[in-house]
Amino acid sequence: MTVDVLIDWLANLVDFPELAFILAVLICAIPAFLFIAVYALVAIYGELKISSFMQDKVGPMGQGPGLHAGKWGLLQPVADALKLLLKEDIIPASADTKLFILAPFIVFIGAFISFAALPFNQNLIIADMNIGVFYILAVSSLGVIGLIVAGWSSNNKWSLYGAMRSSAQIVSYEIPAALSIVVVIMLTGTLSMQGIIQHQDGLVWGILPNWIIFQNPFTFLAFFVFFISGVSECNRTPFDIPEAESELVAGTFTEYSGMRYAFFFLSEYANMFIVSGVAAVGFLGGWHSPIPGFLEAPGWGLFWFLFKVGMLIFVMMWFRWTFPRLRVDQLMNICWKVLLPMALLNIFGVGIWTVLAGR
Amino acid sequence: MGIVHGDEMVLNIGPQHPSTHGVLRLVVKTDGEIVSQIRPVIGYLHRCFEKHCENVSYDQVIPYTDRCDYIASMNNNFGFVIAVEEMMEITVPEKVEYIRVIMAELNRIASHLLALGAFGLDVGAFTPFLYMFRDRERILDLFEMTCGARLLYNYMWVGGLSHDLPVGFLEKAHEFLDYFEPKIKEYNDLLMYNKIFIERTSDVGVLPTDVAVNYGVTGPNLRGSGTKWDLRKNEPYSIYDRFNFEVPVGKGQMGTIGDCWDRYWVRTEEMKESVGIVRQALNELPVEGDVHEALPKKIRPPKGSIYKRTESPRGDLGFYIISDGSPSPSRVKLRSPAFTALSALSVIAEGWMMSDVIAILGSLDIVLGEIDR
Repeated sequence: MTVDVLIDWLANLVDFPELAFILAVLICAIPAFLFIAVYALVAIYGELKISSFMQDKVGPMGQGPGLHAGKWGLLQPVADALKLLLKEDIIPASADTKLFILAPFIVFIGAFISFAALPFNQNLIIADMNIGVFYILAVSSLGVIGLIVAGWSSNNKWSLYGAMRSSAQIVSYEIPAALSIVVVIMLTGTLSMQGIIQHQDGLVWGILPNWIIFQNPFTFLAFFVFFISGVSECNRTPFDIPEAESELVAGTFTEYSGMRYAFFFLSEYANMFIVSGVAAVGFLGGWHSPIPGFLEAPGWGLFWFLFKVGMLIFVMMWFRWTFPRLRVDQLMNICWKVLLPMALLNIFGVGIWTVLAGR
Repeated sequence: MGIVHGDEMVLNIGPQHPSTHGVLRLVVKTDGEIVSQIRPVIGYLHRCFEKHCENVSYDQVIPYTDRCDYIASMNNNFGFVIAVEEMMEITVPEKVEYIRVIMAELNRIASHLLALGAFGLDVGAFTPFLYMFRDRERILDLFEMTCGARLLYNYMWVGGLSHDLPVGFLEKAHEFLDYFEPKIKEYNDLLMYNKIFIERTSDVGVLPTDVAVNYGVTGPNLRGSGTKWDLRKNEPYSIYDRFNFEVPVGKGQMGTIGDCWDRYWVRTEEMKESVGIVRQALNELPVEGDVHEALPKKIRPPKGSIYKRTESPRGDLGFYIISDGSPSPSRVKLRSPAFTALSALSVIAEGWMMSDVIAILGSLDIVLGEIDR
C-alpha cells in the first residue's frame, strides 16, 4: 500500500486532486498513529516485564480487571496512559507558553513521519520513496529541534542542561549512523527501502542469508556502529545523559507533565522502533525470512520484520537495565574518536572489498 | 587555543533532588558542565537530637540514636551504649557482646549494600541497586525476627539487649551468609568491573590522604585513600580483638589511590570481612547467658564525661557524653563521620563535571539523618 496508489485511486473518485491527496495522507497517517500508540503500550509493558525479569522482581501483576492491572499486569500500560491523560496540565508561569506547548509536537512529528518510509512487508509501506533511507535519516533528526525548544522554553536550569546535552549528542551521533548507512547504499546501489531489502535475497557464503550484515567483515562492523549510534540517538542508557534522572532530575522533560510528557515518551519509543527498523532493513534483511525461501509470504514478511525490530528493541532494553551511564565528555569521545573513524574505515573497507571480491 | 569561558550559572541541587541522599542542598556554580564551586547547605533534616538527649533519660536516648544514621541503627546503638556502660563501669555478659558484634556487622553489610546500590544508581545503573536491596532485605528479616523492627531497632540497651536471639536465628544467619557470599561476586561482575563504571569512577574525585586526615574523613572513605585506620583494629572496643579480619585499603587498581572506584572497592571488601566476622561470632557464640542479666535498675552514670568512638559503616562515630549525675545526660555530642565526609566534598569535587559531582557524592556515602541530627 503506497500512498501514490491511494492518491491515484482517490483522484478517480473525487474531482479535486487536492482533496484526494489530503484523504490519502490521512488514510495512511491514522493507522500509523494507531500503530505507534499500540506499539508503545506493548513496548512499555515489555519494558516493565523485561526489567522485572532482569531485576529479580515480578513487575506489574494483577488478578482480573477493575482497579487491578489486569491478568499478569497486562493493563498496566493502559492504566499508565490513562493516568497521564487525566493529569493536570501544568505550564510553568515563567515558561515561554507557545514554545512550551509546541515542543512535544515537534519531537513527536520527527518520530512520526519517519514511519512513512518503513517497509513492514513486501507491500505494506506508506511511501516507497526512491530516497527512503535518506528521508528517514533526515526527518528523524527533526526531533532534536523539539528537545532544544522544550529545554529552552521551560525556563528551568535542568531542562536547559538536558537540551544542551541532547542537541550535542544527537547531532554528533547522527554522523556515524549516517556513514554506516552509506555502506548499505554502496552495496545495494539504491536509497529505496524496498530496493535495499530486495537486494538481500538469497544466500551468501553458502549457508548464511544474504543480509548485508553477513556480506563482508566491514558490514558486520558497520551494523554495530549503526546500532550503537542509534541507541544514542534514542537517548537510551548508557547514553541517556539528556535525561539522566540521577543528575538532571528529568533533563529536558523536567517541567513537563501529563499528555505533554506522554508525547515525549511516545517519541522515545517511536524512535527506538525507527532505529531498530532501519537497522533491520539496512543490515538484517528487512522482511526476509532468516532461512531464504522459507516462510517468505507477505504475512510472514510482516512477522519477520516485527520480530527483528522487536529483538533489537529488546537489546536496547537489555542495555538499559545493565549498564551505568556515560559522562558527557566520554560520550563525545566515543562518538568522535571511536565510532566515526570506524564508520569511515568501514566505507573504505567495503569499497576495497567490493572491488576485490567483485560483489 | 584558549578555553572559552562563558558566564557562570548558579544551580541548586536539592534539597529535592533524586541523588542527594536525603535532603541535602548543594549550591553549585557551573561553567557549562564544569563545576567550579560547591557549597553544601545542610540542616533540612535537623531534629534537635543533641538537645533532646538532655531532656530524656539515658535509655530514652537510644531510640534517638537509631534515627541519626538510620541506615546503620545497630551501630549507633552500639556506640552509645558502650559509652554509657564505660561511664557506669558495667561489664556485660559474653553472650551480649557476641550478639552485639553479630548485629553490628550484619548492619554494616546492610549499610554498605545500600551505599553501593545508591552509588550505582547515581552513575545510572539501576539493576545492581535492586539486587542489593533484595539481599539487604534478608538482613532486615533477620533483624525483624530478633527485635521486631526493620529499620529503627532500639535493640542494644545499656547493659544488655532488648531481646535474646530467637529460636532458629543461628541457622537463618548461617543460611544468609552462605547465600550472600557468592552474591558479592555477582555485584562486582555486574557493576564494579563494568567498563563504563570504571570509566566513570576511576581517577575521579581523588581524595588524597592528607586532605582526608585534615578534614577528619574516616571509615571506608579514608581507607579508600590508602590509610589503614579501622577502630575495630586500632582501638578495639567490645570484643573485636578476638576476631580475625583484614582491613582493606584502596590500592588504586583502576586509577589513582583514593578515587571513587577505590571507595567502592573498599566497601565490597569490607562486606566480605564482615561476613567472616559474623561467621566467627556465630560459631563462638556462648549458649549460656541472659541478655537482661546486667541491665542496671537505674541508669545514672557518675559525674564526669566520656568520649567513646566506634567504627560505624561510615567511619568514626563518636559520642561525647557529660553526666552531672542526674538520670538524663547533661550534654551529648555526636561526632558524625558523614558530616566530615561531606565537608571534604567541595575540596575533591570542584573542577569536575556535573555528573562527576553526583558520582563523588554517591561514593562518599553520606546519610543526612546523621549530618543534620
